[in-house]
Amino acid sequence: MKSNPNKSVRLARVILSLAGLAQAGSVSLLNASYDPTREFYRDYNRAFATWYAQENDGARVTFRQSHGGSGKQARSVIDGLDADVLTLALAPDIDAVARKAGLLPAGWQARLPFNSAPYTSTIVFLVRRGNPKGVRTWDDLLKPGVAVITPNPKISGGARWNHLAAWAASLERELHGDWAALARPEEAERVAAAQRRAQEDMAELYRRVPVLDAGARAATTTFVQRGLGDVLLTWENEAFLAVEKLGRASLEIVVPPVSILAEPCVAWVDRVVERHGARAAAEAYLRHLYSPEGQRLAAQHYFRPRLPEHADPAHLARFAPVRRITLDEAFGGWERAQREHFADGGHFDRAFLSRAP
Amino acid sequence: MKRGKGRNRKGWLANAALCAAALTVIGALVVLPLGVILAEAFSGGWRLWAASVAEPEARGAILLTLAVTALAVPLNTVFGVAAAWALAKFRFRGRSLLLTLVDLPFAVSPVIAGLIFVLVFGRSGWFGGWLAERGLKVIFGTPGIVLATLFVTFPFVARELIPLMSEQGSEEEQAALSLGASGWKTFFKVTLPNIKWGLLYGIILCNARAMGEFGAVSVVSGHIRGETLTLPLHVEVLYNEYNFTAAFACASLLAGLAVVTIILKTVVELKGARDAA
Repeated sequence: MKSNPNKSVRLARVILSLAGLAQAGSVSLLNASYDPTREFYRDYNRAFATWYAQENDGARVTFRQSHGGSGKQARSVIDGLDADVLTLALAPDIDAVARKAGLLPAGWQARLPFNSAPYTSTIVFLVRRGNPKGVRTWDDLLKPGVAVITPNPKISGGARWNHLAAWAASLERELHGDWAALARPEEAERVAAAQRRAQEDMAELYRRVPVLDAGARAATTTFVQRGLGDVLLTWENEAFLAVEKLGRASLEIVVPPVSILAEPCVAWVDRVVERHGARAAAEAYLRHLYSPEGQRLAAQHYFRPRLPEHADPAHLARFAPVRRITLDEAFGGWERAQREHFADGGHFDRAFLSRAP
Repeated sequence: MKRGKGRNRKGWLANAALCAAALTVIGALVVLPLGVILAEAFSGGWRLWAASVAEPEARGAILLTLAVTALAVPLNTVFGVAAAWALAKFRFRGRSLLLTLVDLPFAVSPVIAGLIFVLVFGRSGWFGGWLAERGLKVIFGTPGIVLATLFVTFPFVARELIPLMSEQGSEEEQAALSLGASGWKTFFKVTLPNIKWGLLYGIILCNARAMGEFGAVSVVSGHIRGETLTLPLHVEVLYNEYNFTAAFACASLLAGLAVVTIILKTVVELKGARDAA
């Protein structure tokens, strides 16, 4: 049999274009992000492309989006997913890409304002309409008969924020808000007692968790679609979105008096953008998140903007007041929090294992 | 055999009960979910269904699924026939090892299969550096998805043919060869006609799995919208975005493909049985 060379060339071209390799003439950015940002980046990408074309004589930039659990996305990039920019749930996931694959410098977080977190969020409670279990505070989660849904902190970024928020709320109660005590050597005993109490609270909390899902979105589906649990611990933006998309009539958001300052981080991946010749576009893409337009869109999609003066006051009015404890004051930074809480044998493992009767 | 009247009646009752049980199980596990998928898919009217399926990202997913299947099925047909030929018609050292290897994809969980490819072709994998130097992409692109699909669907054709070819033996081929036919001629004129229905059946099964594969493909996909999402992955993404109607619209396409497959399979079985008779 004779094969037609033209045909095979054409077939090869079809396959290549399917793989997205034939897009020449314009910059294409692959944004690897976590779950609850899908709707935000869909709008932001469109706005940025228009702005970028205006600023750069019609230069075209197109986007490809990949979403998944934050930790899983980091793993994919380490294994070879060619993401130009990372917009992940927490700094350690981008750190992992820097450390394990060396694709960006270790000091990436100082390259953009506000620790490379252009918008923030916090952890809130999503409950059934009318709040039948009367859950208002973190202590209420430990009342008898309350079932809690939270994903697995080993893989989900959101779940790590949930865990740290619960722990910080417990410590805040025990220390009466005196965070400076953590640093005073003469108070070591009081701090140790408070931490033991927090450990007990966490064990009690995880005893109320019937299932640990793989990510924030999966946990929302478990809570809303499968109807499991009384309270879903989740990102504020994810809670708003669930109420908007899945039922104002059946769900409501409870913002506890204290929670955590959650800082999702962004970074361009140096080794990838250099290879793609996309460094300028990638950097502009992330810097534009801090622009009035970027901040307004973030607030519209239920992220708390860093520069609220740029956001629509109607969007800002949706955010309930909450004292947001920072990682630095309660945990002494990410590295320590990660090591003490989520490493093998850390506080999460101990709390979760102790739930077995 | 002779049987008493009472026993006959009992047998009839047992048959009816078994039939009812089977129908209930099939109804609950097959017909009901299929009905739910169709009801949900068309819950917004057929226009919304058509719009969901024609949307660019859905089109990308459909094209990718078809392209992957168009590559994986012919390749696995060739591999499968070759493997079955070797295993059924010849006795050689290492034959049982080869037989085990053919079955391996059935035994290995698809997720593990995907991870194997990540470990081999990933950035820090065995060939990762070599591929990166040449600007070649396997994982998180179409080639990785094709490889994962090839791996998972490898046994279907071979497994269908091995028992058939073993049973037929090699007398007819030997006769053809002794009469002076060439190897290829023997294959096309003698072997192929004998196995055609079994082969077709294997191809149909292979095709169904290639289009529907989720686990292995999910691991190597990278989940880039409109680019490396196959139809099953696209359904999951839509579902996770609370876009239920679109998710079920795409799911109904997959279900439709499955129904077509089953019909083809039945036709092939009937034809095969008639030919054999």
